[in-house]
Amino acid sequence: MDTLTLDSQSSAKSSKTNVLERNALENEAIYILREVVAQFEKPVLLFSGGKDSITLVRLAQKAFYPSKIPFPLMHIDTGHNFPETIAFRDKLVAELGVELIVRNVQDSIDQGKVVEETGKYSSRNMLQTTTLLDAIEEFKFDACIGGARRDEEKARAKERIFSVRDDFGQWDEKNQRPELFDMLNGQIEMGQNVRVFPISNWTELDVWSYIQKENIEIPSIYFAHKRSIFERDGLIWSAEDDVVFRSEDEKVEERTVRFRTVGDMSCTAAVLSHADTIDKVVAEIRESKISERGARIDDKRSEAAMEKRKQQGYF
Amino acid sequence: MQRSSPCGMAKQIGNSMEVLKIATAGSVDDGKSTLIGRLLYDTKSLTDDKLEAIERTSKQKGYDYLDFSLATDGLVAEREQGITIDVAHIYFSTLKKSYIIADTPGHVEYTRNMVTGASTSQVAIILIDARKGVIEQTNRHFFINNLLRIKDVIVAINKMDLVDFSEERYNRIKSDFEVLMGKRDYQDQKITFIPVSALKGDNVVNESKNMPWYKGETLLQHLETLDRKDIYNVGTPRFPVQLVIRPKKEEFHDFRGFAGKVYGGELSVGDEVVVLPSMTRSKIKEIYFYDKKYQTATRRSSITITLEDEVNVSRGDMLVKVGDLPTIDKQLTATVSWMDSQNLTAGSKYVLQHGVNKVLAKVDAIDHRILPDYSGIDTGVTSLGMNDIATVSFKLNKPIYYDAFKKHRTNGSFILIDTRTNATAGVGFIN
Repeated sequence: MDTLTLDSQSSAKSSKTNVLERNALENEAIYILREVVAQFEKPVLLFSGGKDSITLVRLAQKAFYPSKIPFPLMHIDTGHNFPETIAFRDKLVAELGVELIVRNVQDSIDQGKVVEETGKYSSRNMLQTTTLLDAIEEFKFDACIGGARRDEEKARAKERIFSVRDDFGQWDEKNQRPELFDMLNGQIEMGQNVRVFPISNWTELDVWSYIQKENIEIPSIYFAHKRSIFERDGLIWSAEDDVVFRSEDEKVEERTVRFRTVGDMSCTAAVLSHADTIDKVVAEIRESKISERGARIDDKRSEAAMEKRKQQGYF
Repeated sequence: MQRSSPCGMAKQIGNSMEVLKIATAGSVDDGKSTLIGRLLYDTKSLTDDKLEAIERTSKQKGYDYLDFSLATDGLVAEREQGITIDVAHIYFSTLKKSYIIADTPGHVEYTRNMVTGASTSQVAIILIDARKGVIEQTNRHFFINNLLRIKDVIVAINKMDLVDFSEERYNRIKSDFEVLMGKRDYQDQKITFIPVSALKGDNVVNESKNMPWYKGETLLQHLETLDRKDIYNVGTPRFPVQLVIRPKKEEFHDFRGFAGKVYGGELSVGDEVVVLPSMTRSKIKEIYFYDKKYQTATRRSSITITLEDEVNVSRGDMLVKVGDLPTIDKQLTATVSWMDSQNLTAGSKYVLQHGVNKVLAKVDAIDHRILPDYSGIDTGVTSLGMNDIATVSFKLNKPIYYDAFKKHRTNGSFILIDTRTNATAGVGFIN
């Protein structure tokens, strides 16, 4: 999208003349969200309780003000969420007055549609796909808005802003629609749906800076706190819940840590940190040398891990 | 009339610096991915885990240097074939600017990706292999960036290490390229030549010790010093309406806001505007961004406008300033870049999406096609295949309100959607 101007000169000027400043990434995201509502009949915002989807919610508030957010939020609950995330989710939804749909991976397991992984690296992250696709079909959603960013991972770097999925939720990376200038083509056939990524062009630092500037509330686990943890393969895992498999010889200790992403607890590692305020977190990210998904074990399974999951309909 | 308390200001977001998007074009093996990898490496943008992955894979493959192309080649098919097959976006930043690189492939069959990448970029880098010099593809890369009116183009003459960092070789390539420049349509394009070795790191971020004869900027120095005026043209304001916002709340009982993005220039409260296509006149009453009101919105702001009068406005309509009307017509001629495997033929019908407005379009005639080697034009063609570029005239079922592409990039372009497959089949630049 041809929207990438941050007007660094205008900040001084605007306080005198009341000129709206430009934040290219924010303007682009608002434009995309409005296109979703204009072009689709039944959009939904996929809400994980993580910082990216919380940022999307703020952008949606801005896009449609003074109207309420004109689509529901949907959480695909792995059952392995950090309790702080769930509490945060419920509070936010109550404040916004929007509908929240929750669909549980546990139900897909109980219905025998998916089989729980076992062993040291078991995770419900992959299983989410089935629950998501079922929910899309159940509610006949034609557009699912998500907080994925192109800087997260190599295969994500190639995905479009409007990404068409077939009946099976599959992504055909070789047959993507070109996206020219600002124009978004949301025409689809019955049964197809579109995944929409309004913050495609944001980096992790952009998201954190936005949360800081906008003073957006986020779950407490993003900030440094004391937690019982154990180490494995150089990564730090929460030992406070039964979700993460831990063998007898993996020693538990208490450390001050925070999480950089809040995915499924079973595949989200913590980082040692004393950043207990948003300002400190932003400063830390600026300095950081480990990329964000480096703390997500699901991508390390293989070089092509993400691409394979996307072809199968993963978000 | 409007609240103007300082706390009502939207604050600067992101890294409070500019974002620059760069399109890259090069042929297979020109070392484009290596150049990008080098930029990331020398700006310390590669994180430890990514660097580790590159080192590990390079070693596995038995290379005696770091294969930076592994930093950008995202898809499995690409890694298998060792080539880039789709547009990838790469992000890095310096203290001055944030950069997004659209890594667009250079093979003959992928012109469409290059057009796509260039459509959202403000700067372009064209790569030339110093051993091969200006080749047919160079011609295409230059033509496309010129067609899309990219204001600042860098010609990076790469692999200088393989021609002994020869100044003579560099000058020869430069003068060959200047022959192409003579033929260009868009003469205001600024072109900068830089001799580089992406593999060895000469003149990418750091100045080359091997080419003391080159006194110009390194690639990054050039990007860092680009100013807004170097990359943007100022045009007239156009406001295509995306949505009508009717809150249905007590507090905003009669609120009717028109949501959209301002293109080309500024809009201010009090501006007299015309609503197209109804030609109704009114005045801008309020400009909202979220819950704050503003006096003026600059270009590319996503705002909501209310008008003084009750006017019928719907999605696809456009607000423009009085006395500043675009062309309102049911026919148009455009340079079309075709992107679909199904050919465009005279008489066929498409959905023409012009900004957020959609109409039906029928191909009236294919006037002439640019020859694939860009040596001239071909008249008498009846269909266009993937990657063809041609002048095409259309008849529309309803008038649209457009400007020539050379006057207004946004309001002068459209896409064509295949009515059967819904694919984005082509893009047009209005003459």
